[in-house]
Amino acid sequence: MKISEIVRILNAKVACGQAHVDMDIERGFASDLMSDVLTLDTDKMVLITGLANMQTIRTVEMADVQCVLFVRNKQISADMLELAKEHDMILLQCKYSMFNAVGMLYEAGLKPVY
Amino acid sequence: MEFVYEVEGGDFTKAGNASSAVKKTLKQLNVSPKIVKRIVVALYEAEVNIVAHAYKGTISVNINQDQIHIVLDDVGPGIPDIDLAMQEGYSTASSKVREMGFGAGMGLPNIKKNVDDLKVSSEVDKGTKVEMKTYL
Repeated sequence: MKISEIVRILNAKVACGQAHVDMDIERGFASDLMSDVLTLDTDKMVLITGLANMQTIRTVEMADVQCVLFVRNKQISADMLELAKEHDMILLQCKYSMFNAVGMLYEAGLKPVY
Repeated sequence: MEFVYEVEGGDFTKAGNASSAVKKTLKQLNVSPKIVKRIVVALYEAEVNIVAHAYKGTISVNINQDQIHIVLDDVGPGIPDIDLAMQEGYSTASSKVREMGFGAGMGLPNIKKNVDDLKVSSEVDKGTKVEMKTYL
């Protein structure tokens, strides 16, 4: 699934990384616990989270995750945005709850990590 | 080559700065991305541990042809029972740490999983020393 498809399905806002929305994503992982994200070894993955702080961006940097979708209308701070841009990340924002966003993406064919 | 980074306890805005710098260096040295990821995931967990639990600490990184050796030395409350701390799910983290997306008792087990050799030593009310070695 292309990132642009995720944007369309969830009516999401692209906070940064607009140039990469054609990138293919195969799997989704939904977590607010960053230590669980750090246990993964999965490429082409979107992290779906309601945790919006600097540690989310740092975790994504260390774990080589390309795309993050913030749910529940969580706001991305200027510091988060700056760090994400520095590392060429794609940050998306949507208003749906985690459950709703995950359900819609699963239905559209996004696979789980496990 | 050797690098030393200072880490401040409680300052979550900077947690990850040292790990990020090490990642940059390893990439420049053309270390395989899989090994880089293992090293920085372990280092980042350990750096977050200093921020979450200690008052301050230093991270010394030594890189040579065959291996990367990282020592995290902190001044802090120490760990009374290291075996217990190594168990998945055991945590003494504050609610502030949990709000940051950590503190679920996954840090040390995660570190162990990602390095070739791990040594943890600690003295209560003095501090903790974490040594990790990864072969390149």
